[in-house]
Amino acid sequence: MHLAYPAVLSALLFCTGLYGVLARRNAILVLMSVELMLNAVNLNLVAFDVWLSRTVRETLHSGQALTLFTIAIAAAEIGIGLAIVLAVHRNRGTSDIDKLRDTAERPESEGPDTEGPGSSAAEKAEATA
Amino acid sequence: MTTTTLAVLVPLLPFLGAVAGLLSGRTAPGFVRPLAVLPPLGSLVLAALVAVRQGGGQAVDAHTELTPTGSVPIELALHIDGFAALVAVLVAFVAACVQIYSTGYLRDDPRYPSYAALVSLFTSAMLLVVYSGDLIVLLVGWEVMGICSYFLVGHYWETPEARAASLKAFLVTKLGDVPFLIGLFALATDAGSFRITRVLGAVAGGNLHHPTVVALLLLAGVAGKSAQFPLHTWLPDAMAGPTPVSALIHAATMVAAGVYFIARLLPVFEASSAAMLVLAVMAAVTMAGSGLAALAQDDIKRVLAYSTIGQLGYMTGALAVGDRGAAVFHLLSHGAFKALLFLAAGVIIHAAGTNSLAAMSRMHGLRDRIPDAYWTMTVALLALAAIPPFSGFFSKESVLGTAEHATGGHTAHVPGAAGWIVLVAGMVTALLTAAYATRLWLLAFRGKGAEAPDHGRQPLTMTVVLWVLAVPSLAFGGLAYRSLPGWFDGRDLAPTLLTSILGTGLALVGGLLTYGAWQRTTALAARTPIGAVAAHPEGDAGLVEAEAIATHEPAYGDIAYAPDPADPGRLLLGPLHRAAASGFHLDAVYTALFVRPVQAGARLVRFLDREVVETYVGAAAALPRLLGAAVRRAQTGNVQTYVSALLAGTVVLAVAVLLVATGA
Repeated sequence: MHLAYPAVLSALLFCTGLYGVLARRNAILVLMSVELMLNAVNLNLVAFDVWLSRTVRETLHSGQALTLFTIAIAAAEIGIGLAIVLAVHRNRGTSDIDKLRDTAERPESEGPDTEGPGSSAAEKAEATA
Repeated sequence: MTTTTLAVLVPLLPFLGAVAGLLSGRTAPGFVRPLAVLPPLGSLVLAALVAVRQGGGQAVDAHTELTPTGSVPIELALHIDGFAALVAVLVAFVAACVQIYSTGYLRDDPRYPSYAALVSLFTSAMLLVVYSGDLIVLLVGWEVMGICSYFLVGHYWETPEARAASLKAFLVTKLGDVPFLIGLFALATDAGSFRITRVLGAVAGGNLHHPTVVALLLLAGVAGKSAQFPLHTWLPDAMAGPTPVSALIHAATMVAAGVYFIARLLPVFEASSAAMLVLAVMAAVTMAGSGLAALAQDDIKRVLAYSTIGQLGYMTGALAVGDRGAAVFHLLSHGAFKALLFLAAGVIIHAAGTNSLAAMSRMHGLRDRIPDAYWTMTVALLALAAIPPFSGFFSKESVLGTAEHATGGHTAHVPGAAGWIVLVAGMVTALLTAAYATRLWLLAFRGKGAEAPDHGRQPLTMTVVLWVLAVPSLAFGGLAYRSLPGWFDGRDLAPTLLTSILGTGLALVGGLLTYGAWQRTTALAARTPIGAVAAHPEGDAGLVEAEAIATHEPAYGDIAYAPDPADPGRLLLGPLHRAAASGFHLDAVYTALFVRPVQAGARLVRFLDREVVETYVGAAAALPRLLGAAVRRAQTGNVQTYVSALLAGTVVLAVAVLLVATGA
């Protein structure tokens, strides 16, 4: 099989993932898109490893070994990511990334105090509900 | 123990007492009084032992160098000649008296522990100045005294007068100390050593290259410390402190240090006839001016303060005619009777409940309330007015006799003009001194009017000290003038006939003139009621005095002046009275000359800082602030925006790298 097929496939997968990361609103879908990008990289790693092993006699297949590492780490990462999303959802009642803007830089006059009490009261209500 | 060990212990004992008093004042109040009284007493005993062992013979010299200090070495050195031995006895004696007196005077004062410790430190510093044989070590004691006087004058720091007076005392003496320090360096550079013996050796060998400059620079420091014109203005204001402190400052420490310093280094001053002439003029102006000012003061302590300035003028006058024996003789006898005058004045202020002579002159029977103070004060005033056979007579006559001797120009190193200046000013001052002493006595003790308030018996510690001090005031001069030349330079200190008759005659004239004026004016007293009395029968004397000082200005309109037509000084001085009361407006002159320009300069600097420098700083900050505001807009909080920017950046970089790699 020519190297171009897996390379194009992985590029497509990566672009799909990138689009998802940039455009999706739901945090879970963003995480899934990150997985897509990771898997595109994995595919690349495996494909190029095979391609290299064809020309070089003795190889350690480090690309495939690295893929195994990536899969294991991605599993751990997605676990933590989902846990965070779950915690945020429980706390805020939403996992919409557009609404999670606490780190935004506000003008000093209308600091967190102006909308602070109302929103924090809403948060508490949500948390207890 | 060797004499050197004893001499080292003399300043060390009060110092240790001060440290222990400061450390244990709060935790162990029972030890405060013993810690205050015993070290000066111990010092007195040791100083007397040192004096007996030294005996006016060969000077005791000892020195050790702790560490090399560069070009001119600084050594811990003792140099005890007859002058040092006797002055140390006086200092320890007066300090012991003051400490004993203070236990009664400031009985209930909450700050007594720190006060007693500072008095001990003050004493220790003065003893260091007296014994030190190294000019830099002497300077250490000199400056410690400056800071102690600041703290002690400001003892009643609740009142604005005390705060202002303590600051003034500190700043004015420091104004003299800066040239003094430069003078010391110049002297040491010429002589190659800070040791007094070496400096004197260099002077004798003619190795002093700039005697006039050095002498004038040193003179500035002496004028500040010894309250000589034109740096005397701090001394009358220093009356805002407690009376025992005034006694200590005026009798034994601080003001005596300047005179003593010149006495030690007199050959340096004698090397320049210009310096001697300046010294003579300074002494003359100080003497005559302070006599006139003392005649117009209303506050009993300010009268005594001006009299101190005048008597110090006598001492510098004696130095100006090259006789340090006479100067130190007057220093010793003046120390005794001036301490007595102040301590007795403290008793009077307590008993009368006022420090105003105008109020006292409207009080009947004050002398029966405080017979001890009455009799001892009379002795001290007679000594001050130089009436024979009191001790002030002999010491003052020795000064006048030397001045008379110098007028012929026969004294080595002394210009004849200096002799004339000192002699004439001394005679005028003798008249003025007797006049204000008589005025003080008449107004305080011969008042007519309402009965004096009853403050109960004075504490025994206060009255006993008065009698102890009355003995040297009465007899020291007469007993000592024959034996003292053996301790000093060996010059005869016996009064000469001509000046004795002239001086005593002028003093009698001054006293009688004042008595006559008082006879005429005293009838007016009943017609113009005046006076404010602070009566605290159960309080201690310090409380009464603090209130009296604080209420003088609201009650009489001025701190030094009272609108009293019954004052004989008003009749005697005539149109000069108002000016004399305010110290010839010297404070106003200094305000115009120095205070205002400094304040204007401060305002200019403030303007430059606030309006000019700060504008640049503000403008420099404005640009980053604008940039920050622009960048801040990018911080939307949306993670996806950030990632998009990251992607865009990556793409741009990748394209750039590709272009560079392909060489396009």
